Amino acid sequence: MNGRAQQKDGAGCSRITFVKGPRRVTDGQRIVITGIGLTAPNGNNLTEFRRNLVNGKSGVRKHNVRYLGDTIAGVCSHDPLKYQKKKDLRRGTRAGSTSIYCCQEAIADAKLDLSSVDKSRIGIFIGITEHGNVDTEKQIFEISQFNYDTKFVSHHYNPRIVANNPAGEVTLNMGITGPHYTLGAACAGGNLGLIQGCQMLLLDQVDIALGGGVSETIHAFGAFASFRSEGALASHEDPEKACRPFDKDRNGVVVSEGGCIFVLERLEAALARSARIYGEVVGYAINSDALDFILPNSEGQAKCMSLALKMAGLSPDDISIISTHATGTPQGDPQECKAIRQVFGDCRHTYINNTKCMIGHSMGAAAALELAGNLPSFEDHVVHPTINIDNLDPDCAFENLVVNRSRKIDKVDYILKNAFGMLGINSTVIVKRFEG
Amino acid sequence: MTASQIRAIILEVIGQILPDEDLSKLKGDVRIRDQVEMDSMDFLDIIMELRKRYGIEVPEEDYMKLATLDSAVAYLEPRMAHL
Repeated sequence: MNGRAQQKDGAGCSRITFVKGPRRVTDGQRIVITGIGLTAPNGNNLTEFRRNLVNGKSGVRKHNVRYLGDTIAGVCSHDPLKYQKKKDLRRGTRAGSTSIYCCQEAIADAKLDLSSVDKSRIGIFIGITEHGNVDTEKQIFEISQFNYDTKFVSHHYNPRIVANNPAGEVTLNMGITGPHYTLGAACAGGNLGLIQGCQMLLLDQVDIALGGGVSETIHAFGAFASFRSEGALASHEDPEKACRPFDKDRNGVVVSEGGCIFVLERLEAALARSARIYGEVVGYAINSDALDFILPNSEGQAKCMSLALKMAGLSPDDISIISTHATGTPQGDPQECKAIRQVFGDCRHTYINNTKCMIGHSMGAAAALELAGNLPSFEDHVVHPTINIDNLDPDCAFENLVVNRSRKIDKVDYILKNAFGMLGINSTVIVKRFEG
Repeated sequence: MTASQIRAIILEVIGQILPDEDLSKLKGDVRIRDQVEMDSMDFLDIIMELRKRYGIEVPEEDYMKLATLDSAVAYLEPRMAHL
């Protein structure tokens, strides 16, 4: 049985000590990732995305937002007409369209032939930070052109803003008749979509889960304006340098759009069809700080990482890479670093990186995208860099923080993905390199 | 507005609502929904466009009068004559 105790490390930091325990699962309870579909500000598929992450290439650029004018954002460039008609785009939402693109790409990547599988046994579980603000703002703008006469509110408004819209549009597009819903989890959404997919497989409610996250937030002014009012909206004369987690001069969040969906299957099903396996989901946890609307808290984050390690039957030293949540806010980044120190000490055996520095904060999609961008490390043993660190904040310094240039390491066995969000939601997912 | 101008406007509105459709062979005397892929939500888009662009209100009991291109032009002509 796993146990935990507090001890002081050399730097006087209180550290959680682990006693490694066994992971008790049968093959039928082992969940693997067999397909990935994504769109990010710097890549429209995993190959392109990974290449740009390893090379430190940013996708953040200038972006114009209604009422705010020019700002900075991560904007995707995938072709939505690859899987939809123009009429579908007109009728649906950006989040729905992005979800369709990612789910279609994920199914294709998994080499699943939808005509030969039971579509009632496929579930769609999409994490979101928010949904509906884009179309609400559009409708209010629209009726403002008609003296706020509500008879000009579109009949399309309700189906666009219902919370299940992003997942529901996928069912319409792909003819999937199993369960579909979104998981509202602030910026932890992408992890929650994946976790929900695993749980529905374990409950035998589905045979294939499409789990991940999506965000259309850059098409609404509200998030930008609110971050600005909080003093948490990034600004920089060079958009590609605006998102700078762990750097002393970081000044806030770069809001981005994107999506990432994983195909999740039980191991035995994946092996039976000789599927390519990106990794095995061996641990996850979700908990709550119960402290503050906005501010993150290292204690809750450390507990969340510990719970995920416990589920996986791992000790911190087993983790090869921590893909951090850090968003580039002055308050948030040190909290996560403190939490990592609590669990991992000085991280002598674990490398740390951050993906938001290159794609901004893709909100509901962030966790899934950032995990996906690191999964190829199992094969190429390269840890992608955290760019834009010119003056490392001492509170965020780790010997194994991968700064500005990729680092080749001997072996990658486990990747830990953190994702935290407003109202104190914390989430951690651990993926293991699959050995056939 | 003349009947031919109104017909051109209706076709332009339908083209905006159904961007994937080829409207060049649309027959005036056959139900529009029998010739192109158009559902009730698309039809409501036509009603909304007429409201937004020209301030024309089409009551629900008159919706059938917009079923074909010819009947729509005939229905709208007196209502758009002053435009």
